Amino acid sequence: MKIIVIGNGMVGHKFVEELVAQQNVAADVTVLCEEPRPAYDRVQLSAFFSGKTADDLSLVTPGFFEQHSVDLKLGVGAKSIDRTLKTVTTTAGETLGYDKLVIATGSYPFVPPIPGKDREGCFVYRTIEDLEAMTACGARSKVGVVIGGGLLGLECAKALRDMQLQTHVVEFAPRLMAVQIDDGGGRVLRSKIEQLGVTVHTQKNTVEIVAGDHCRHKMKFADGAELETDMIVFSAGIRPRDELARACGLGVGERGGIIVDNHCRTLDDDIYAIGECALWSGRIFGLVAPGYEMARVAAKTIASSPSHDAPQFTGADMSTKLKLMGVDVASIGDAHAATAGARSYVFTDERKQIYKKLVTSEDGSLLLGAVLVGDATEYGQLLQMMLNHIALPSSPEFLILPAADGQTRVGLGVDALPGSAQICSCNNVTKLQLCEAVGAGCTTLGALKKTTQAATSCGGCAPLVTQILKAEMKRLGHSVNNHVCEHFAYSRQELYHLVRVGRIETFDALLSKHGSGLGCDICKPVAASIFASCWNDYVLTRDKAALQDSNDYFLANIQKNGTYSIVPRIAGGEITPDKLIVLGQVAKKYGLYTKITGGQRIDLFGAQAHQLPQIWSELVDAGFETGHAYGKAVRTVKSCVGSTWCRFGVQDSVSMSLTIEHRYKGLRAPHKLKFAVSGCTRECAEAQSKDVGVIATEKGWNLYVCGNGGMKPRHAELLAGDLDDATLLQYIDRFLMFYIRTADRLQRTSVWRDNLEGGLDYLKDVIVHDSLGLGAELEAEMAQVVDSYVCEWKRTVEDPEAVKRFRTFINADGGDDNVVFVEERGQIRPATAAERERPEFKGVAVVAEPA
Amino acid sequence: MSTLWHDVCGVDEIWPNTGVCARIDNRQIAIFRIDRADGATEIFAIDNHDPHSGANVLSRGIVGNLGARTVVASPIYKQHFDLATGDCLEEPSLPVRSYAAEINDGRVRVCV
Repeated sequence: MKIIVIGNGMVGHKFVEELVAQQNVAADVTVLCEEPRPAYDRVQLSAFFSGKTADDLSLVTPGFFEQHSVDLKLGVGAKSIDRTLKTVTTTAGETLGYDKLVIATGSYPFVPPIPGKDREGCFVYRTIEDLEAMTACGARSKVGVVIGGGLLGLECAKALRDMQLQTHVVEFAPRLMAVQIDDGGGRVLRSKIEQLGVTVHTQKNTVEIVAGDHCRHKMKFADGAELETDMIVFSAGIRPRDELARACGLGVGERGGIIVDNHCRTLDDDIYAIGECALWSGRIFGLVAPGYEMARVAAKTIASSPSHDAPQFTGADMSTKLKLMGVDVASIGDAHAATAGARSYVFTDERKQIYKKLVTSEDGSLLLGAVLVGDATEYGQLLQMMLNHIALPSSPEFLILPAADGQTRVGLGVDALPGSAQICSCNNVTKLQLCEAVGAGCTTLGALKKTTQAATSCGGCAPLVTQILKAEMKRLGHSVNNHVCEHFAYSRQELYHLVRVGRIETFDALLSKHGSGLGCDICKPVAASIFASCWNDYVLTRDKAALQDSNDYFLANIQKNGTYSIVPRIAGGEITPDKLIVLGQVAKKYGLYTKITGGQRIDLFGAQAHQLPQIWSELVDAGFETGHAYGKAVRTVKSCVGSTWCRFGVQDSVSMSLTIEHRYKGLRAPHKLKFAVSGCTRECAEAQSKDVGVIATEKGWNLYVCGNGGMKPRHAELLAGDLDDATLLQYIDRFLMFYIRTADRLQRTSVWRDNLEGGLDYLKDVIVHDSLGLGAELEAEMAQVVDSYVCEWKRTVEDPEAVKRFRTFINADGGDDNVVFVEERGQIRPATAAERERPEFKGVAVVAEPA
Repeated sequence: MSTLWHDVCGVDEIWPNTGVCARIDNRQIAIFRIDRADGATEIFAIDNHDPHSGANVLSRGIVGNLGARTVVASPIYKQHFDLATGDCLEEPSLPVRSYAAEINDGRVRVCV
């Protein structure tokens, strides 16, 4: 079957993904994509201004088109459709035959017919190319105006503000987001947005745009007022792109949109229309979730035989929750109480700038809609109550009123939701699917997300998914046991809290107060790590040494044959020739295998325990410090050479990496921590694969967090952009201490982040907006660690008692003669078992005691 | 093969709840000092050779208890060995030898 898809936007691409996932269809698929790049996340478009690249926004998994033999024609649109011959003629002049045709052309931004609208410096906000043009113009501008105060208009205003323009929003209606929220909500939203430095003009009708006196343009309004600006972005709504359908006689609505039935079929059985170009039951759906649902329905219909067995599109809920410039805004169902007899409950807090409204049926039994501005915590719960017609409690007002101190909020238990309740609308995941996945062994939020895809797109449903996870675990009788081990009936997070609050400094004290038994190889290193994070004492005191994993116990990395490797700190990967020579000399003297690490350091392998203090006293004398390669601790800060040498560098990445590495060296954490600093967006230091990644911008630093290479690569996410040096360090302080405080044992930041209930927004709130009021406390805790840093190896080699512990034998000198090396490529390596068994085998002599 | 009691070191030379390695007749013996909450100090001895990795490392593992057993975890692949019997909890087919050990007049003695 030949299938042509016109359009490779979010919905068009979802269709292709859904189609190739169908088992029973052998399709020969051609995709026409008029943009120069395949599908990307248009919902996250404004992230482009805070540092994300076109690649970051891509929705196409690498190799997707090749793997499924889909013919993608980039930069090629459709010019016409011939329904009789069943062909599509492309803008490249090619004519292609089809059996089934899918129109996913989306919409175009509506630009009101204002004289002067085509002047230079006037833009629309739809594609990456639009954004690139806006960025270029923004760099030459001081003032920017967005025409349109809807959802997209406010996103746009954020973009202009991010470009540091004096920003105005001009709205025709009497309030912002007129479609989604009411007057009360609009007032609160307006004052919040004005506080952020954006000027809002409502009830302004632009009649003409002419040359300005001080700026590029002057806007003239119907009421006689004027506004000067350098750039203008139109965001006055969208219109369906239905021109192809009109031209070939397919039915379209009075106000545009290709008419489709419940299977997303147009009046021609072989032609489908999905997404924002489709008109279903007289309605156009300008959100991505209904578009995805249409894509699923169309793909299944094409693959089904008979097609009426396929699922149907039955409309979609248009409730939305979003964060506009850090302001939570949500609209559910009948937000304007337009239903006959509807009654409202309203709560306003003008000091905290929160507005909440419930709309109920006349008798108060059912929820019809809601508006939440400033705090949208209840969104998930209220949405489910409305969608599933759950009976309201007798006093519904308590659903939106703040709880008095110490009282738990009245709420809807997730138990009340039916199995069919759709929890994740982006990926169409129901409560039943989540419960089944929990039953099948997904007992963490991370695992549940991975298996069901719930909460992996917008993340808005993550709190609800977590509640369902907990409830289902409880129902199944799985105690949610996050105890560290049999000796402590606490999670790592709880132990951390007990240690810090109780000022506990020894394992014996911890065990006698909160645990039982002797401890074990799980809880002892956890306790040692917590003590180090909290009090930063020397890790090899008589009471602490016994708690350390072998690596920390010997301050070196144990290898398969029981020998150790040594990694001195080479901060930022910067090293003088003299120090490099010392490393070479030490390696040569002790016969160590040397290798460059991924973290821009040098690893020396093959030392026996008793040699470590000797080797380290030479290294310490030469000015080296321990590199903590053995610890669950801050490892390296990789850097590129930066603006000092590089033609492209915009900041001194080496200096910043040195600052960061020396600030956090020695910090112990639930798992190792890797950092990097890149001097420009070319990102040579690969900062986006690190726990903490810093990338220079023209104006400062972008801070990325929770990336990982290794087994499960994960791109770091932008936490904050264009920071000055002090703010950068302040946020890293908070981030690290918050992670140390709340993560599980051996949980890297990437996994911790995947399991974080509120996701990236929550993390931003805590770190950037200090929503928990913890900022100062976290910074003070970090300051204590930073101020108490001592090189562990320097301290060890200066302490004869500590050095004694490194002897291989308590009752004899010398080393382990079971350690045997052979030579390979001019260096040593451990002998294999097979080599040892050969009778004639003779290993490389170990340098037993150097002169 | 006859066994003999060997004097190894003073008990204070072994830090509480850690192990050391002794060379006795060219064999490597891992010796552990366990200080219990009630103040009692006990000494255990097993082979230092870890049968899973082939390296001589067991004296460098973390000690503790799993249920009623007093154990050490191999620092290489983390299997647990019962200090009293030498049993490997994860892979019973690969145990180590255990040896009698005691404290006598402040000195640690092992019977090898």
